[in-house]
Amino acid sequence: MAWRAAEIVAVRDEAAHARSLVLAVDGWQGHTAGQHVDVRLTAADGYQAERSYSISSAPQASQLELLVDCVPDGEVSPYLTGEARVGDRFELRGPIGGYFVWTPEDGGPLQLIGGGSGIAPLASILAQRAVTARCLPTRVLYSVRTPQDIMFKERLEGWRRDDPVLTVSLTLTRSAPADWTGYRRRIDAAMLREVAFETPDKPIAFVCGPTTMVEAAADALVSVGYPAERIRTERFGPSGESI
Amino acid sequence: MGIDETSPVSRGFVGRRRSPAQAERVPPGQYVTSDFPVLSAGPTPHTPLEQWSFALQHGTKRLAEWSWPQFQALRRTLVTADIHCVTKWSKLDTRWEGVTIDTLLEAAGLTAAPTSYVMAYSDGGYTTNLPMADLLKGRALVATKFDDTPLPPAHGGPARLVVPHLYFWKSAKWVRGLSFIAEDKPGFWESLGYHMYGDPWKEQRYAGD
Repeated sequence: MAWRAAEIVAVRDEAAHARSLVLAVDGWQGHTAGQHVDVRLTAADGYQAERSYSISSAPQASQLELLVDCVPDGEVSPYLTGEARVGDRFELRGPIGGYFVWTPEDGGPLQLIGGGSGIAPLASILAQRAVTARCLPTRVLYSVRTPQDIMFKERLEGWRRDDPVLTVSLTLTRSAPADWTGYRRRIDAAMLREVAFETPDKPIAFVCGPTTMVEAAADALVSVGYPAERIRTERFGPSGESI
Repeated sequence: MGIDETSPVSRGFVGRRRSPAQAERVPPGQYVTSDFPVLSAGPTPHTPLEQWSFALQHGTKRLAEWSWPQFQALRRTLVTADIHCVTKWSKLDTRWEGVTIDTLLEAAGLTAAPTSYVMAYSDGGYTTNLPMADLLKGRALVATKFDDTPLPPAHGGPARLVVPHLYFWKSAKWVRGLSFIAEDKPGFWESLGYHMYGDPWKEQRYAGD
């Protein structure tokens, strides 16, 4: 799979520690919602480092967008969320991944569960749905630590507005304002019973986030009756980190 | 792969240089982590040990099958190895305990593998294809312990294949058997764009690499 030159054409802060990078990529052939890319950075002396990032933009979009969350002691993400700016270049290849993907032909209903920057591939799925499958009942459950950690807030709000078959539920796991009306705990089976599709609806679930959060949410989906083959997961980050 | 003369320099990127000793052990495009990340396509299966078994299969013929207690009674081998995940992390000096494929063939009364390829199959429906030669001569284990403790379900317990010289998706979690196949054919990730063989030193991540 060939490496392609990518240039940053816009950056957008999504949270104090996370940024969207909008990229122009030579010869990019498009992607399927849910896929990721490999990114390769090259230092002046030729040293290279590679990492993977999920694509958050719609498959129809002309420019590729990646969401990068800063891993405090990381090697690549602190650069991409700090130093990197418009006009900077690196390489990428992809799109990669053929299981954690959704096309309108796959149908639904769609049960999307995200933790932190795990919202990125779900945003691509939601963007795809907004263009091609607006009548498809879809429920989003998004878990973050604090209100400041909610990424794509406006985008989520925009999709939800005037869409009677899309719901977005939020849960804050560390601290919530006094007037917060959403959930205040980690995703569990009781929460899924309240806000997720019930199994007779035959939903497809996509779960993306830090390992511990995905393990817990996927286990909870199984416990409320979702068949394992209808649960697609994407785990990332240190195994002990949770949201 | 290695350094591509045409790669554009990313302005201001320095990166974290590895020690020469570490650099020798880390394949291209990988970084070392002390953590043990978890990557799986779906929820983690939790198979009770009394329902667990491990089988060697050839077509419809079951060549051998071991229950959990029978499997525990097989000769065990300790392996310390570096592992490399296609998602870029490498972990050095991981310690596994289990039963080598050589031991399994011997215990099954087989003097040689009946075919040149196998499909490893797992609880949850996962499969991955491997050349038989990569599983012999102590190069592969069906591991039940990591770091002297029973393998947790998230890391593939009760038992996972460990083939450290290939990208770690080949080391099937929750493995329940090996099916001998005459010709190589793609398993789960291999039919979704990943490389048929997966040598980390040749950076064989995706089809065509």
